[in-house]
Amino acid sequence: MKPRQSSFWKVFSAPTVIALLSATGLFAALLGDGFWDSLSWLGLGIPALLGLRGLLRRR
Amino acid sequence: MGGFGFSEGYEMKSKTIRRWSFVHTWSSLICTVFLLMLALTGLPLIFHHEIDHLLGDAAELKVMPADTPQLNLQQLVQAAEKHRPGEVMQYFGFEEDEPNAAIAIMAATAGTEPNSSHTFMLDARTGEALEMPSANGGFMMIMLRLHVDMFAGLPGKLLLAFMGLLFVVAIVSGTVLYLPFMRRLKFATVRQDKSTRLRWLDLHNLIGVVTLTWALVVGVTGVISACADLLIAAWRNDSLSAMVAPYRDAPPLTQLAPATRLLDIAKEAAPGMQPDFIAFPGTRFSSEHHYAVFMKGSTHLTSHLLTPVLIDASTLQVTAVAERPWYMDAMGMSQPLHFGDYGGMPMQILWATLDVLTIIVLGSGVYLWVVRRKAAKPVLEKAERVA
Repeated sequence: MKPRQSSFWKVFSAPTVIALLSATGLFAALLGDGFWDSLSWLGLGIPALLGLRGLLRRR
Repeated sequence: MGGFGFSEGYEMKSKTIRRWSFVHTWSSLICTVFLLMLALTGLPLIFHHEIDHLLGDAAELKVMPADTPQLNLQQLVQAAEKHRPGEVMQYFGFEEDEPNAAIAIMAATAGTEPNSSHTFMLDARTGEALEMPSANGGFMMIMLRLHVDMFAGLPGKLLLAFMGLLFVVAIVSGTVLYLPFMRRLKFATVRQDKSTRLRWLDLHNLIGVVTLTWALVVGVTGVISACADLLIAAWRNDSLSAMVAPYRDAPPLTQLAPATRLLDIAKEAAPGMQPDFIAFPGTRFSSEHHYAVFMKGSTHLTSHLLTPVLIDASTLQVTAVAERPWYMDAMGMSQPLHFGDYGGMPMQILWATLDVLTIIVLGSGVYLWVVRRKAAKPVLEKAERVA
């Protein structure tokens, strides 16, 4: 059981952090303007940038 | 299966992978065409305000001194009826960023279905009617109708809701499959030099996993919005019918009491809240004998939650301040989370970017399926090769 667990987190640690950032981004702007909007741009900006970077980066 | 000396545990695992792979393949394939349509029509809808202004379809209020007094509601009703003779009021809507405007929705009868209604703007100071072409037809309306029900009414909405559920299944199964595919790869690895197929497999996995939360939230809130008709019907059954039960045998109204003081009455009944829209008697948001003023909370979060104040349409007495059932709150919160209209232009751009990335995940998924079918090899081999 142990080795599977570590392989799980090896694969899913980065996606989990990104998922939490996205969720923060999605809900932050519901709470207010200003700071909350910026927080939501950051939270949603990181997944958007990571996706675009993978797509546009050529060897 | 088997016979190659793998341990029993490994055998079980590859069987599990195969099952998830089957679920992922078919849930995605069935919903992909619809999801592509939704993602493509959703793209201009993210910017509908900007596009309306660009096309000159947005109603522009005259510039007048800031302290110009406003007409009262009954005068606005009369202005609207003069603009559309022979039609009746269905709704008056109010917008925070345009305090001098009221959005009027009229139709042949109060019960007319929404797609046959006519929407226009009234200048609240002069009663002048301003047409809103994009609210009644044109390119953006076609995008909206395709996106909402594919011009097929309730069956169209329910079909799209089902496709949304399949999309959620595809996302969940895709996330499960992410593990065997990525076990030996560093996060965000995109193998550029092996083959086109491997490059797109890696991109499908990368973009799929980073857009996961956004796609899930937009998918689930879309499903909730698609079920809005059912939720409204449930609300009419649960809350509304109990509140208006005493009126069941009352004769139909021939004359409505003037709308003049509706907003003041509603504000007194629901202190600290702001009016969002008024449903006139006979619409699906009111009863035959009531005006319903829908009040929204005054904080950022609660501004999406609506509380109806039912006002007797002949005596102007408050019949009830309705409770909000949980599913109406879910519907209210689903809207911003689906539209991406609550965090300014940067959020709209991010919404569009994530939407385009989702289109790429859908497209690459179809591509990977086609290539695999051509090679006539099970997906498992790919996973095993990677592992």
